[in-house]
Amino acid sequence: MSISIVNGRLLDPAHGIDDQLDLHLDGEVVVGVGHAPAEFVADEIIDATGCVVAPGLVDLAACLREPGFEHKATLASEAAAAARGGITTLLCTPDTNPVIDNAAVVELIHRMARKLGQARILATGALTRGLNGEQLSEMASLRQAGCVAVSNAHYPLCSTLVERRALEYATTFGLTVFLRPEDRHLRAGGCAHEGAVATRLGLPAIPSAAESVAVARDLALAEHCQAKIHFRALSTMKAARMLAEARAAGILVTADVAAHQLHLTEMDVDGFDARCHVSPPLRTLGDRDALRRAVADGTIAAICSDHQPHEPDAKERPFPETEPGISGLETLLGLTLRLVEDGTMDLMTALARVTSGPADILGLPYGRLGTGSPADIIVFDLDRRWTLDTSNMLSEGRNTPFDGWDFPGSITHTIFNGRVVYRGAATA
Amino acid sequence: MPSPRSSNLQLNEHGRLRHFLTIDGLDRELLTQILDTAESFAALPGRPVKKVPLLRGRIITNLFFESSTRTRTTFELAAKLLSADVINFNISTSATSKGETLLDTLRNIEAMHSDMFIVRHAQSGAAHFIAEHAAPRVSVINAGDGRHAHPTQAMLDMFTIRKHKGDFTPLRVAIVGDVLHSRVARSQILALNTLGVTEVRVVGPRTLLPTEARALGVHVFNDLEEGVRDVDVVIMLRLQNERMDGALLPNQHEYFRLYGLTDERLEAAKPDAIVMHPGPINRGIEMDSEVADGPRSVILQQVSYGIAVRMAVMSMAMQSQADLGGAGGSEA
Repeated sequence: MSISIVNGRLLDPAHGIDDQLDLHLDGEVVVGVGHAPAEFVADEIIDATGCVVAPGLVDLAACLREPGFEHKATLASEAAAAARGGITTLLCTPDTNPVIDNAAVVELIHRMARKLGQARILATGALTRGLNGEQLSEMASLRQAGCVAVSNAHYPLCSTLVERRALEYATTFGLTVFLRPEDRHLRAGGCAHEGAVATRLGLPAIPSAAESVAVARDLALAEHCQAKIHFRALSTMKAARMLAEARAAGILVTADVAAHQLHLTEMDVDGFDARCHVSPPLRTLGDRDALRRAVADGTIAAICSDHQPHEPDAKERPFPETEPGISGLETLLGLTLRLVEDGTMDLMTALARVTSGPADILGLPYGRLGTGSPADIIVFDLDRRWTLDTSNMLSEGRNTPFDGWDFPGSITHTIFNGRVVYRGAATA
Repeated sequence: MPSPRSSNLQLNEHGRLRHFLTIDGLDRELLTQILDTAESFAALPGRPVKKVPLLRGRIITNLFFESSTRTRTTFELAAKLLSADVINFNISTSATSKGETLLDTLRNIEAMHSDMFIVRHAQSGAAHFIAEHAAPRVSVINAGDGRHAHPTQAMLDMFTIRKHKGDFTPLRVAIVGDVLHSRVARSQILALNTLGVTEVRVVGPRTLLPTEARALGVHVFNDLEEGVRDVDVVIMLRLQNERMDGALLPNQHEYFRLYGLTDERLEAAKPDAIVMHPGPINRGIEMDSEVADGPRSVILQQVSYGIAVRMAVMSMAMQSQADLGGAGGSEA
């Protein structure tokens, strides 16, 4: 199968390209940027007039629920949601059942994903056995089976000594360690940011210090162990500042932020809106703006969906008893493009944070469009707006506070591995 | 599913009280209406015929997910004085322990054609949740949800204060103790500020005050004598036993030494200051017996006023159901 995407505005942050260029795909790779190779004949020509042609999105953290939690979502449903959201590569979190702590589970997920053929799903290995926070997982086998990163999902490690050993062991095999920095003692039973809103609503609260205390500890250990760590889902101004300082000091640390943290604040929890119950919690406007600045200047190199699909029951309880998380695959691009509309950053920068930015954190060859790159591409009409309607979502999880929001950038095509896996409504 | 803000959820389209979940979002006029209505009921228990037929034929269900004898009894008594029938569900010991979700429990009890739920639950926001999911003909009264709100307790405290002080506007009120975990304090602060008092103070060690206490519209004091200086009303909060040993407080001895109310400490307050407590009192921890039983204590009056205030809130919420056009909603 060969495809030519013609008349579009090619935007490739990895190579700094923003130009009127055609793109030619043959099989699973890009064979021509601007010019087709000699004797190239396209089986399909996509007319991208008025549209942006960009690399498929790379999402560092999506919880896909299968195996083990199929009542929430399945690989098939979430892979389809990813395709509609323009995500062509995603790392799934290890908090499945069984946990992704051995090669067999990794192979199972990779095999199922290949069969579905909707997106490249890469398993994040567990840092500890069964995510128990005590014993190390078989990281060498995980690496061999194709894991590029390990994490303990949202589960805490039982001590700083275990954390030190885990960082050292992971580093032995060149694995990047994803850490969700949160001091579990300071978190206590909290479910909302310790600020004005939680105080008024009487919600058990999580202070900002729960994050900054953990960031300080993790940075100290990373420096000591010469380990490569990646902070998942930062939520506070303080953490963003500590991250910038650590990077300036040469510590091997990167970070991402959940897309919703760049748009929502503690105010959205008011009225006990359980759709806005997320972990880490939504913080203040000051935190949100600091995170936006850190994304704009590259301190935070990736925006993630932090996708957490739930069955309706999980959110239909009193707020503190609801399960945290937002179903985010289908709004990752929309929320990212809204940052451009808000004037927070330019289009090239915004796209970098969901393509080459996350790919570079793990040294992956995706999220870029050079000759020879994997043929993962999205085509979207920046000027055509669309409105999220939860009843039409492809994800099994309809838990999102963005219901009814309208977004720029309607996707017309998602191409994964050289095949069109999603087609939106035709452009006018 | 949109989550309406509390003020919209509580009022019907005519601005009348449909549910009573929190003081938040209610205006001074409505709070005054509750107090005035309560005034008309306050005389009743002293009369030879105690009942009024306002809620005859109505079914009121006490849904208590957290045990409480006192609050449940005053609600039950208030309902009976209004001639309603009362059903009590003590759910902490039945449904949830069998794995039934709150929503399932709600649907089951709704099938019994209740007109009003009186809800107590250990989680903040539970009453809102139930109000959002209950059938349109059911009113929900919050009898305490987690650390969030206990609006009928706050209104009976306001009723007590008005009885003794008349006008709210010149008053300075000190709330002493465990504000952090207290739904009573949150509702009192909102009510006092809505009714326009001069100053609300909270007094306690930093471990028992919210970090963001000022966001509630109060002045923060760590010293009891400074905190009660020149106040008209001192409200003591109950200190739960489980807070007393551990990282919040060293022990009850030191707590009483620093924050226990004694006649001597009360000297700093205005000479006619009243002392209140939502009960039950821990004598020798929150206050001395001298104070609790002394001339300035209005603690027992609070209890009897509680019935009148609950009658007021129940009758107002039930009247707003008439706006739906189905005065006899219980036939449905």
